[in-house]
Amino acid sequence: MRQPASVAATLERTDMSEEDEFELEPIEILELPLDAWHREKGARIVEFAGYHMPIQYEGIMAEHIWTRENAGLFDVSHMGQLMLTGDGAAEALEAMVPGDISALKEGKMRYSLLLDEDGGVLDDMMITAVPMGLYVVVNGAVKWDDMGYLREHLPDEITINHMDDRALLALQGPKAVDALKRVVPGVDALYFMEAGSFFWGPKTDPEPLWISRSGYTGEDGFEISVPAAHAKALADQICAQPEVKPIGLGARDSLRLEAGLPLYGHDMNPEFDPVEASAAFAVSKRRRAEGGFFGSDRILNALANGPARKLVGLSVEGKLPVREGAPVFAGDTQVGVITSGGFAPSVGAPIAMGYIDAGHNAIGSTLEAEVRGKRVSVTVSSLPFVPHHYHRKGAHT
Amino acid sequence: MTRYFTEDHEWIEVDGASATVGITDYAQSQLGDIVFAEVPATDATLKKGGDAAVVESVKAASDVYAPVSGTVIEGNDALEGDPSLVNSDPEGEGWFFKITLSDTSELDSLMDAAAYKAFVDGL
Repeated sequence: MRQPASVAATLERTDMSEEDEFELEPIEILELPLDAWHREKGARIVEFAGYHMPIQYEGIMAEHIWTRENAGLFDVSHMGQLMLTGDGAAEALEAMVPGDISALKEGKMRYSLLLDEDGGVLDDMMITAVPMGLYVVVNGAVKWDDMGYLREHLPDEITINHMDDRALLALQGPKAVDALKRVVPGVDALYFMEAGSFFWGPKTDPEPLWISRSGYTGEDGFEISVPAAHAKALADQICAQPEVKPIGLGARDSLRLEAGLPLYGHDMNPEFDPVEASAAFAVSKRRRAEGGFFGSDRILNALANGPARKLVGLSVEGKLPVREGAPVFAGDTQVGVITSGGFAPSVGAPIAMGYIDAGHNAIGSTLEAEVRGKRVSVTVSSLPFVPHHYHRKGAHT
Repeated sequence: MTRYFTEDHEWIEVDGASATVGITDYAQSQLGDIVFAEVPATDATLKKGGDAAVVESVKAASDVYAPVSGTVIEGNDALEGDPSLVNSDPEGEGWFFKITLSDTSELDSLMDAAAYKAFVDGL
């Protein structure tokens, strides 16, 4: 667990590399297409996933609340945008992901997990069926490892194209649809976890954008893949909408934590399988029946018999934040560890997620986390902490 | 009364043999939204440079060190109910603790306001 550093050391810490334990020390910190744009907007820049990235503009708390009530624009261009093409790409990928990818219809997307040969989670990812093949978005901190792993395990006739000439923007919040449909007409026709190509810009020279109705804040919203050369113009146009402000990584983290969404490298890593990571929903029905993916024996056994430990939400009594690395006890016995935690602006209290052993992880179980030698009462609680507001097909809202 | 500053971004305002300690406006502006502060207990003995208090922003926990050695007169209990005082009035209502100095010569190694401003400008 990170002990508190001096105020000076905290201020000097421009990198967040302790968050990227699975990443080799980068030789050079890279710049994203919108680097200058963030600096012009007054962002504080930190190192994250090998890139200079904005952690905040006006402040994490204000940005968090703005996103929950209006719309926030996030630059997530550090994430890896991959295109898998070639006959049988979906079937081949199914050897190392537990989702029903071959049944995915064009324009539909699915959350899935990249598994190592023992069923441990190497990454979480979004997979969309597109006319060319599969569009896969992976985490920035592990994208190079993912690409190497995919190349090693996919047949040679499947091509992996890393689309590093594209930026990725996420517009999130209840008013995201109002703002974006003004900039890119027609996007309001998408439902949650659907995607498509939309034209943006002058009618004489429109630019195709790949847009999905998805995100990682628990709110309605969109993710927009745009050629890097056009990213600034698009970001400017979106931010010119009255509902929209640019939002940094700090609020992205507190928003996703409230939404109960795991952060890879913290709440998920190769030590844990999908069932332990409370992502059993990502193991599709057909795959459960058929097996035949990496670690399927371990994973199907955990599904049948229950996992030995499980990622759960924890509400925290009092005001002291319980952070990553804090041990969790039942009496004198350590029964788990916190993997994400902090103050939740929309909840108005600290919240956390962590792995808790079987027998202690039922909702309502009261445990104690240890912070700087003090015991803090925590209660296993259902996720999300803040209800999701997705624009689902068939829903009445 | 004289105010001194440390390279760890604490301020200390000395009034005779006692003093008030907090973190600077620069520190709070860089830390961002403060959500928790832990102040030392009355009568606690602090050593110059040792842990004295903890301040937590949304993102991280930071130690506040004792700028000088001494005995704690009182911690600022108001921070428990409203830690955002550290943001809104860091060098006033957002103070952390009051201390009786055990060795006033320790103040000689601290910066005055002009020297601290130059230090911050150089960061």
